[in-house]
Amino acid sequence: MTDPLVTFRNVVKRFDDFVAVRDMTLDIHEGEFLAIMGSSGCGKTTTLRMLAGLDTPTAGDIRIAGRLMNDVKPHERDTPLVWQSLALFPFLTARENVEFGLKMRGVDADERKTRALDWLDRMQIAEFADRNVATLSGGQRQRVALARSLVMEPQMLLLDEPLSALDANLVIRMQGVLTRLQKELGITFVYVTHSQSEAFAMADRVVIMSQGDIAQIGSPKDIYRAPANRFVAEFVGRNNILSGKVTAHDANGTHIATSQGAFVAHTPDTAPQTSTEVSFTVSADLVTLSSDEPDAMNKAQATLISEEFIGSIVTLFFEGADGQEYKVQMQERALTGLDLAPGSTFWLSWDPKNANILGDR
Amino acid sequence: MKGRGLNIALAAYVALIFAFVFAPIVFSLIFSFNSQRFPTIPLGEFSTEWYVKIFNDPDVWQAVRNSLIVSSSTAVLATTLGFCTAYTDFRYSFRFKGPYLALILLPPTIPLIIMALAMLAWLSRIGMSGQLWSIILAHSVLTAPFAMAIIRLRLHQMDPDLEAAAWNLGGTEWQTMRHVILPFCAPAIVSALCLTAAVSFDEFAVAWFVSGLNKTVPIVILEIVQGNIDPTVNAIGTFVFLTSMTLVILAQVIFISRQIKSHS
Repeated sequence: MTDPLVTFRNVVKRFDDFVAVRDMTLDIHEGEFLAIMGSSGCGKTTTLRMLAGLDTPTAGDIRIAGRLMNDVKPHERDTPLVWQSLALFPFLTARENVEFGLKMRGVDADERKTRALDWLDRMQIAEFADRNVATLSGGQRQRVALARSLVMEPQMLLLDEPLSALDANLVIRMQGVLTRLQKELGITFVYVTHSQSEAFAMADRVVIMSQGDIAQIGSPKDIYRAPANRFVAEFVGRNNILSGKVTAHDANGTHIATSQGAFVAHTPDTAPQTSTEVSFTVSADLVTLSSDEPDAMNKAQATLISEEFIGSIVTLFFEGADGQEYKVQMQERALTGLDLAPGSTFWLSWDPKNANILGDR
Repeated sequence: MKGRGLNIALAAYVALIFAFVFAPIVFSLIFSFNSQRFPTIPLGEFSTEWYVKIFNDPDVWQAVRNSLIVSSSTAVLATTLGFCTAYTDFRYSFRFKGPYLALILLPPTIPLIIMALAMLAWLSRIGMSGQLWSIILAHSVLTAPFAMAIIRLRLHQMDPDLEAAAWNLGGTEWQTMRHVILPFCAPAIVSALCLTAAVSFDEFAVAWFVSGLNKTVPIVILEIVQGNIDPTVNAIGTFVFLTSMTLVILAQVIFISRQIKSHS
């Protein structure tokens, strides 16, 4: 495997008393689409700003292509950033905005113009080249901002919640534009977002951050199906989380005694010792619902509390013994034949291989 | 209707205030074209006699020249000072920033006569009184706060990411200043130039104290009025008023039209 394009080694960033990033170690590979996700204040934007040289690490090393970058000024880097505010220059036209970086680098006027028009054309906004950016729509401004960064032909593009100001339809379209561009250009995208759907839809790998720490790194599927810890399980939502004591291991998996009964979960690579307290998750869409008691290894009885209907998908909320919460997600059409009156009792069941034991026990 | 009555009353009130403020100026303008020596009604014939008279007076010409040099130099110096202060306020945070800003905003709060006396005392002590430069320096101190206030207002409207975006695209700090900060502040800078020039052009007290033999227009006006009743004062007054008003209105128009543009 080739060396990573970017390495963070024990990077810390402190603002006075506030620790924005603590002891971060992370590799970013050439040509990958990496999303950094977390709620506000988790350190994701600080991480991006350190890559762009806008913030300097308090401790630790950041290297890009092997070169130590800690004290390299922003203008000496090749790390264009697409800003959440877009930060287009309001006194310039679309084309002049795209030309800006080339002008700073001393590219002559003719070449600047050709390259800027070429990129505006690629972004399908060539017709607005001579319009003041203030007169463009949100989606068009977004494309100008992308063109302004990509015209620099960077090795890596940084994106800071670039779609947060757009409406839902436009977000889906821009996601398509971004993934296609990233594949065509083959450059590294580092994409910061608080939106799970954006991160999961576009990224090859997702980094989930919490209070300055990396909570999990993995493919969207890994993170969705096998959250590493309770924080991730709760953050990505739609997970059932149960806790109990390990009683035994066998070919079926790890046996866990909980207040809801005895369950069997998939045994992780490092199996937890017997009689330790563990938590495990089951994705809401992997739970089967039935009126009669099923013939399953993992089953629990619960009372229907409420339902949440989003188009073709329905999420049902249940309460089991001891106030344990359950969520079940299914296709709306699969519900026919079930009497979904609140207060009625159902059986929930799931396969042991879909029960995932959390790392932080 | 109650509201309507109130509106009319308010409009009348505002009209009265304007009349009170502008009546003397309007009369001065009318009498400047009056052939009679004394400002009385009925008016005499229309005449440009007084304009011809000041036009042929070398003292007045010298004063106009002095005033133009002082006001244009003051405008440049005060606007530069104002810009630097506004930018340091925008860009940096440091200890004693509060006192720093207060110090810069102080001069307009000091009574002019005290300021003028202090300026004279200080400038003569360091051997710089009685020259055009003395007036320029004193006026710059006096008007820089206005320039700073206008430019600071503009900088506060700037997306703080704009500067970092320019660095991110390869601009050095100087390039960013030249290609981002200055163009963004351009309307405010032009307004500040006009306004500081206007204030300096018709400032009397400080100029009178520190000017020595280099008279500016307001000083010449005072000398004419002190001597005897001379209608040329109306002609000069009209000229000074129109110059200042043009500059002030220009400042307003430029600044406000940009405000509207950048918010649309």
